[in-house]
Amino acid sequence: MKRTALYDAHVKNGAKIVSFAGFEMPIVYTSITEEHNYVREKCGLFDVSHMGEICVRGTEAEKFVDSIFTNDCLTQNDNQVLYGMMCYPDGGVVDDLLVYKFHKEHFLLVVNASNVDKDFAWVTENNKFDCKATNESDNFSEVALQGPYAQTLLQQITDFDLNDITFFTSKMINVNGATFLVSRTGYTGEDGFEIYGTHDDVVDVWDVLMEKGGENISPIGLGARDTLRFEVSLPLYGNELSKTITPLEAGLGFAVKLEAGDFIGRDFLVKQKQNRTTRRICGLKLLDKGILRHGYKVFHNEKLVGEITTGYKSPSTGETVALAMVDRPYEKMGTELFVEIRGKMKKVIVRSKKFYNKNYKK
Amino acid sequence: MSKIVEGLYYTNTHEWVKVQDGFAYIGITDYAQESLGEIVFVELPEEESSLEAGEELGAIESVKAASDILSPVTGIIVEVNDELEDSPELLNEDPYENWIVKIDLESKSELHKLLNSTEYKEICE
Repeated sequence: MKRTALYDAHVKNGAKIVSFAGFEMPIVYTSITEEHNYVREKCGLFDVSHMGEICVRGTEAEKFVDSIFTNDCLTQNDNQVLYGMMCYPDGGVVDDLLVYKFHKEHFLLVVNASNVDKDFAWVTENNKFDCKATNESDNFSEVALQGPYAQTLLQQITDFDLNDITFFTSKMINVNGATFLVSRTGYTGEDGFEIYGTHDDVVDVWDVLMEKGGENISPIGLGARDTLRFEVSLPLYGNELSKTITPLEAGLGFAVKLEAGDFIGRDFLVKQKQNRTTRRICGLKLLDKGILRHGYKVFHNEKLVGEITTGYKSPSTGETVALAMVDRPYEKMGTELFVEIRGKMKKVIVRSKKFYNKNYKK
Repeated sequence: MSKIVEGLYYTNTHEWVKVQDGFAYIGITDYAQESLGEIVFVELPEEESSLEAGEELGAIESVKAASDILSPVTGIIVEVNDELEDSPELLNEDPYENWIVKIDLESKSELHKLLNSTEYKEICE
């Protein structure tokens, strides 16, 4: 089991530690709801050092990344960050990821911790270009500072004007006396930053942010990380995305640029788009009592029509809601369906996936 | 260190049993509520249903996950604490004051198979 450089900081903050993707990670420090609310109302600090970082450098780096990525790297600006997926030829998803383009010959792929080895193998196997991919995951630590107070706080420890890092762009800047890659990105639906640096520098930045943040900041565990991303319908690999779920079925067509050059899986996705997907991720609201959970089956009358991918009692709204993969045409808004909870059928209604509105600074 | 009340019976799945006037009151322990975190829903059984010891009597949903509550004893459910339907957080606030079901015991002899507070304490360590 691996530990991130911030492990001691988590223990000091009273974290409950669980094993996740081969790392001992904090699941909760105080309570999931309290941490969740910090991010919605003030700000929260996440250790995301377990995430994988794959660097691609070389003359044909741009061509290569574009050939394995559903979004379009050719029109991507320098310092812009794009969200998208790597797909198998059959449209299933290897992983969803962020692609940082520094320039045509230098990219950074940030991938899910649980998929790093698989992803790196996939990248290496498909690299037929004049460029080199390296797995840098062990060399970097990463924290995410998220919430309406994030910019005000981070600005206190950098001279660089953070307004110049706009939504989904990145910059190498000096923070707290050291150099970091900082992007205005995140996984919470709030404004905020993701900050990459060496292990020692990131530990220092964590301590300084916690100290300067005082009453306005809380460390955030994996528990609230999941409720936060869920409320704004951001997908989680293994739930809304997988080897057997395509990005179009997951409702992520905005990150799949079918008209912008070839990539692995494109042919299949073009056809799937023409024929329409047979199922789609939708939102559900529970009308009876209970909680909807990942893996529960969804029925229309007696017929099995889908499965819950993530469900919670939303900490922000108090509603019991879920994301579910449901066969067409039962995914239409307002359709009444049933979910089997411990052997009993409970009534749900299809609703919008926006359980909570994003508060991005664009 | 989580709280353990003397004079109650316990299970290794972290339920407690309090016997009063011939009835068994069942709840979850402080250790259980601490491990679960914030409880957001309690699924209660039907009154007048009968249960075997070890059978699932309901479920507790924390923010993160669902956990079964297992009946420590055999008997008939004579009352459920329906206050928990609207206020599941009572199990976090005071797990020993807030029982979940009241059971008419089939046989008191079954109680001796359960743990006493000293034995239960060892499990929690």
